[in-house]
Amino acid sequence: MGTDIINILFSGIFYASTLFLVAAGLQVVFGVQRIFNMACGSFYALGAYVGVFFVKTAHAAGLPPALSLIPLIAAGFFLFFIGPIIERGLLRFVYDRDETFQLLLTFAVVLMLEDVIKFIWGTSPQSTSELYLVYGQITWFGAVLPVYNLIVIASSLIIAVLIGYMLARTRFGKIIRATVDNREASEALGINMKVVYAKVFTLGTVLGTMGGALVIPSTAAMTEMGVELIVMAFAVVVIGGLGSMKGAFFGAMVVGILRSIAIATYPEVELLVIYLIVIGVLVFRPEGLFGGSRA
Amino acid sequence: MAYVHMKNPKLWVFLAVTLFLLIMPRLGSQYLSYLLLTFLGYAVALLGVNLLFGIAGLLSFGHALFFALGAYTVAFLTTKFGVLHMEAILLIAIVAGVLLGAAIGAVCVRYIKIYFGLLTLAFGMLFYSFLLKFYYFTGGDEGMRVLRPYLLGMDLSAVPKMQFLLGKYYYYALAALAVASFAMWRIVSSPFGLCLMAIRDNPEKANYLGIDVRRYRWYAFIISGGYTAAGGVLLAPVLGQVDPTLTYWTHSGTLVFMILLGGFNTFFGPMLGAFLYIFLQDTVMSLIPYWRFVFGAMLAFIVIVAPGGVAGVIGSLWKKEAARDSARNNADPGSERSA
Repeated sequence: MGTDIINILFSGIFYASTLFLVAAGLQVVFGVQRIFNMACGSFYALGAYVGVFFVKTAHAAGLPPALSLIPLIAAGFFLFFIGPIIERGLLRFVYDRDETFQLLLTFAVVLMLEDVIKFIWGTSPQSTSELYLVYGQITWFGAVLPVYNLIVIASSLIIAVLIGYMLARTRFGKIIRATVDNREASEALGINMKVVYAKVFTLGTVLGTMGGALVIPSTAAMTEMGVELIVMAFAVVVIGGLGSMKGAFFGAMVVGILRSIAIATYPEVELLVIYLIVIGVLVFRPEGLFGGSRA
Repeated sequence: MAYVHMKNPKLWVFLAVTLFLLIMPRLGSQYLSYLLLTFLGYAVALLGVNLLFGIAGLLSFGHALFFALGAYTVAFLTTKFGVLHMEAILLIAIVAGVLLGAAIGAVCVRYIKIYFGLLTLAFGMLFYSFLLKFYYFTGGDEGMRVLRPYLLGMDLSAVPKMQFLLGKYYYYALAALAVASFAMWRIVSSPFGLCLMAIRDNPEKANYLGIDVRRYRWYAFIISGGYTAAGGVLLAPVLGQVDPTLTYWTHSGTLVFMILLGGFNTFFGPMLGAFLYIFLQDTVMSLIPYWRFVFGAMLAFIVIVAPGGVAGVIGSLWKKEAARDSARNNADPGSERSA
């Protein structure tokens, strides 16, 4: 029984780690630009597909499997250029429009990226499954835990800490917090919103692609990835509170662990339970656990 | 009702379109007429969705829920309960849509904009997971079959499928669309409809003027639920099979896409959007497999450049013509004035 609990918690936290990255990307964009980026799931999918490609290429070039984490992280960073393309190319035209139109534009991006992926990689899943076992497993209180999962959890924690540090200490982080609090005052103080928006959106993009790349050894990259993930990511940010980093962290934990429990006990209710909680949160506490904005 | 002059071009367009819809199954190819049939179901559904979006100003990313509700009602009633009369099915589905709309709407209309959209998306996905997981009742991801219903009491199961669909069923659905459109026209032109538009344009002012903003939004949600369910009912026999993807959030996105394509600001815009979407999708699909990219780009273009949709573009071109005409008439007092 004890090992079951450890297994459930562990796999829940693992899933939460990747979810956190994507959710963090969503949160930072929503907090600063007040745009709910439906395409974050597509960024996740892109990160996964490019991650597979980088790993395979690296292996073919002779990289030892144990160092596969490097091409994965590289894949996440490599895709940063998608951010400015979408932000400068599409999003900036709708900043002064109604929220609903901004949402619809990100939906258009979802559609386009879905076919971009299909165009480049086709419809069959891509994976590097052999990789997973390379890192081996450890035993902890009787539960068998894949080391790779531990690495991902550690990476996400490190990234979370880095984000927290950036927000609290660096100039960019302060600009972000200032803009979230009061956009007009920030602009009046001379902050160049265009540049901030571009940078923030790119940050959000990279967080999403990183999440997708890191999850690769444990799952295959598949066509439906992006569209399915947005559903989970959305649950995370609602539960945690739109716009809050802490919310992304705790929301991810809640969703990840709940999902894990559901899969282990009654798999039929996995989505059901999560969505009931989302609706409950939206009804009783729309700001979520940590959000500050009113409904 | 405004006086409609015989020379009014809009009237001619309306008559031409009606004629087209009436004779298309006789003249056009079977395949194109089949597409037109799917258009009829979506057109009825969009009347409901646009009541919420265009008139009341609330973007729902979960309305495919009601569409699927209507479709699954047909499947359930025909296969599990032996209810085959289309009229009864329509009634039950609309009632179900209204009740569910009342329940969900009561929760959702307390929020606006993004939160409303997210909440409706959540409900849509909740229904999706419900349909998927309780496969004993709903057939899971394989879905359920839809048996052929009786139209106006006539048992037409002996008729070959395409002949049935493109014959009696087509005109039945077309009549349903006409009735539904007329009813919606009355709703939109009524004081209720005007209140919704006032709420859309300036909720605080509407509230100040004494309009119960939340209650009216709730009513709009309820009506739209019933309409969208009716649309699902009309589509189900055409598909022959219903499955959970009908309520997936991307299908809700498609409904909104159709409205935006045609134009949410006019009464017939959404229908035009459904028509264009269905036929464009078919055309593009036959040319390249990456139709989603094309459509995504189209949506982006519409949102950025022409948010009023095709109807909006036509409308503004019309206004330019009219302005040019009147400028021409006014600028030259010596010339003969046109009648």
